[in-house]
Amino acid sequence: MNTEAVKNLLYRMADDALIIAHRNSEWTGLGPILEEDIAFSSIAQDKLGHALALYTILNELGEAEPDIIAFTRNEKDFCCSQLVEYPIGEYDFSLVRHFMFDTAEKLRYELLQQSTFEPIAKLAKKVSGEIKYHTFHADTWIFQLGSKGNEESKARMQSAINEVYPIAFSIFEPSSFEDSLIADATFVGEVELQKRWVERITSIVEGAGLKLPTIDVTSHYGGRNKFHTEHLQPLLDEMTVVFLLDPSAEW
Amino acid sequence: MVINPIIYTEDEIREFLHEVKDPEIPTISVVDLGVITDISISDDGEVSVVMTPTFVGCPAIDVMKKGVIDVLRQNGIVNSKVSVTFDTPWNSNRISEKGKAILKDFGLAPPPAYEVSFELDILNEVQCPFCDSYKTEMQTPFGPTLCRSIHYCHNCSQAFEQFKPL
Repeated sequence: MNTEAVKNLLYRMADDALIIAHRNSEWTGLGPILEEDIAFSSIAQDKLGHALALYTILNELGEAEPDIIAFTRNEKDFCCSQLVEYPIGEYDFSLVRHFMFDTAEKLRYELLQQSTFEPIAKLAKKVSGEIKYHTFHADTWIFQLGSKGNEESKARMQSAINEVYPIAFSIFEPSSFEDSLIADATFVGEVELQKRWVERITSIVEGAGLKLPTIDVTSHYGGRNKFHTEHLQPLLDEMTVVFLLDPSAEW
Repeated sequence: MVINPIIYTEDEIREFLHEVKDPEIPTISVVDLGVITDISISDDGEVSVVMTPTFVGCPAIDVMKKGVIDVLRQNGIVNSKVSVTFDTPWNSNRISEKGKAILKDFGLAPPPAYEVSFELDILNEVQCPFCDSYKTEMQTPFGPTLCRSIHYCHNCSQAFEQFKPL
């Protein structure tokens, strides 16, 4: 096993989970209806749990304590995809991001159940059952606001899909460890994941009477190599403000 | 090394652990909830308890872990080790029959038993915990805690929650 490669995979996944958890939690108290407020808040709590579990595995591989990793790094130390960094925007943007991100997460964890790195295989089995609820929620809304919706909802969903789709490919930006992860059967790699994701996304979007635009898949690359949008550092500043008041405090 | 004054059996320790309840549903014990995945006693008498959370992000697991440590101590078991792992992951089939009856009394529809895997369609076939009718509809798969969904019964016109199948 190439430990550096495994750590890189764990950091990419954990940072994605932590940052999307924070973004989802920004709907708490602001959701358009109570059920959606609770849905985004619950999904946020699940993601935070996944981030903690992944940082805990990293800690067992010699990295710092989970809270230290989560709350004391700056933008330049994160390897989350640019997709998760964007502000929540209107609800249509957040819904489509949730749909595209969680579909990728679901497929990734399904594939990781076969990982030769046992801690991630075990966690993947557990997490897959939870993410099923996330994609169920997302898929339901794509249909409700797509083929079952009205002209306004369809137009808004189409516009959000056009906006989010190119950014979503940032999830699959390959790292320099791809070959090693594939060789060790730790993970089948981002190319295979992206292929499955495109198939799944296409089937749901078209099934809901909507279309995927033609785009440049590399247009939002950078995050996996620690180049981020201008939105990440302000998020980190807000997320860490309480922790940094007294990093040694016992909670 | 600290020696435990009395050597208990696994069954006796499981009985003690019935005193530890889920802080979010204070009538069900950690044993009936299925979050205790292993109890073992080593040759020198050290008691090991392995636990696993219902949902990975469940904030109640720390409270339950502390509860387990406290109950072991109260029973004189000072030489103990309590760990939380995903080695045996929790799923809703781990809730005991007694546990399901307790959930229903608490007003929560218990999760249906399933084999291997299930489709989320079953969320629309939930039995109302108040009037036992199946004329119910899921309102949202997310509820007041990570492990609950919200439903509505068209027979008794009552909203209710279900402990989600996982």
